[in-house]
Amino acid sequence: MSEKIYVDNAATTRLKPEVLEAMMPYLTEEYGNPSSIYSLSNKPKIAIENARSQVAKAIGADEKEVVFVSCATEADNWAVKGIAHAYKNKGNHIISTKIEHHAILHTLQSLEKEGFEVTYLDVDENGLVSVEDFKNAITDNTILATVIFVNNEIGTIQPIKEIGEIAKEKGIIFHTDSVQAIGHTPVDVKEMNIDMLSISAHKFYGPKGVGAMYVRKGIRIFPYMDGGAQENRKRAGTENVAGIVGLGKAIEMATENLDETMTKLSKLRDKLIERVLNEIPHVRLNGDREKRVCHNANFSFRFIEGEALLLSLDLKGILASSGSACTSGSLDPSHVLLAIGLPHEIAHGSLRVSFGDFNKEEDVDYIVENLKEIVARLRAMSPLYEAYERNGK
Amino acid sequence: MYSEKVMDHFSNPRNVGEIENASGVGEVGNAKCGDIMKIYLDIENDIIKDVKFKTFGCGAAIATSSMATEMIKGKSISEALEITNKAVVEALDGLPPAKIHCSVLAEEAVKAAILDYYTQNGIEAPELSGCNGCCSGCDCHHE
Ligand SMILES: Cc1ncc(COP(=O)(O)O)c(C=O)c1O
Repeated sequence: MSEKIYVDNAATTRLKPEVLEAMMPYLTEEYGNPSSIYSLSNKPKIAIENARSQVAKAIGADEKEVVFVSCATEADNWAVKGIAHAYKNKGNHIISTKIEHHAILHTLQSLEKEGFEVTYLDVDENGLVSVEDFKNAITDNTILATVIFVNNEIGTIQPIKEIGEIAKEKGIIFHTDSVQAIGHTPVDVKEMNIDMLSISAHKFYGPKGVGAMYVRKGIRIFPYMDGGAQENRKRAGTENVAGIVGLGKAIEMATENLDETMTKLSKLRDKLIERVLNEIPHVRLNGDREKRVCHNANFSFRFIEGEALLLSLDLKGILASSGSACTSGSLDPSHVLLAIGLPHEIAHGSLRVSFGDFNKEEDVDYIVENLKEIVARLRAMSPLYEAYERNGK
Repeated sequence: MYSEKVMDHFSNPRNVGEIENASGVGEVGNAKCGDIMKIYLDIENDIIKDVKFKTFGCGAAIATSSMATEMIKGKSISEALEITNKAVVEALDGLPPAKIHCSVLAEEAVKAAILDYYTQNGIEAPELSGCNGCCSGCDCHHE
């Protein structure tokens, strides 16, 4: 197998040729600084505004409500810290969840050091937040709620609209990290009562290192960086013109083709889930079966460890991801897998497969055939499996 | 990230398996930390005639178990006891820093199996103390 089967699209995606084509002029002849007044800057300036309206249209916002940033991590930091600081006279309490991306989680931890109080909502065994829990967590001091739209590891889709509605009623600003949602499930800020959201271009076939933040009109937020007057004085720094153009083109394509993408990818996902659960013993699916984004499957294989699984898959040309400690760079397995109640040893044996536009149905068969062999091989050398077989535990 | 030697021992591990009525069995690590190594020894006249292992863990854990078993096979007990985690790492052409604990685990597994052999045969073995091999529980600071 010379072609690699890339099924780590939740980590990043491959740039689409149409996106690259849209970007090219701004990496070559259209190099003018958009802030300059001569004619060379006209096209870059117009291109940025065009991208802004593409983003606005994709999420149901107004153009004035879209700010370009360097990545979703920046948007997450800015949204959460920005609101906390701008509204600290109103209160010091923030509501979030135990399954946020580190871009939110570590930002909240740094606010806690400043004296803010954070409630991290539990999720159930399927990885879903309860709207009731959210309601109960609200206090007179709550100024902000931030809830991940689609979880990047287990793919669960949270009840964003319902949470947004309650937040709106109570006058709490509602941010969602929608990085994994865009291009994979419908997102509409007005309909879903979203005040702020974070977008990253490289998760939907755009370039890396560029993102956007939506901030509803009327929300006060301080600039995160001091400097020039770019982005309507909200975000200083010369614009990443080509990146912004790529983001605009990519989000336009992703939302125009949303139905098609969802149909195609959920078919691959369902086939994989069904075959793995039927054909490999001692395996579980992590994350809700129904409220699940179209491109994500996450399994735990008992008695084996995720990194060994990934390496073996890589040797077969299959590129996926895991939440095991050995791949997370820490001693503990992923906080998301622990939050859904998996014991450590089962969390260590996790595998995330995330499909993308470039995958084909044959890929699923190839993955399953290899997984069966690899899991059997690793179990044959696992003392945990030996003990299980012996004790029939 | 891994050397060719590591990948070789990971994809074709030597000495995988169990030994019935082994002279000594050592198991270190725990599932919570994500690695367990179990080593079986067949010892005759102070010589390790055969060795098998089973490992639950990452690529480095499997490769270090494989390499450690290769290194002690056919050796006398005292020779086997002299094999350090560092020697295992060197034989594998190095390991990433975060994976050094796997080699420690391999050394400890060998020692635990020899200790078990001593215990089974009523031989006193004072200087073999136990690190449980758990990455988070371990505060024996091996390099
Ligand atoms: C849910 C979520 N939030 C935030 C990020 C960070 O995005 P970026 O790489 O653009 O900083 C990611 C990507 O890893 C993500 O999956």
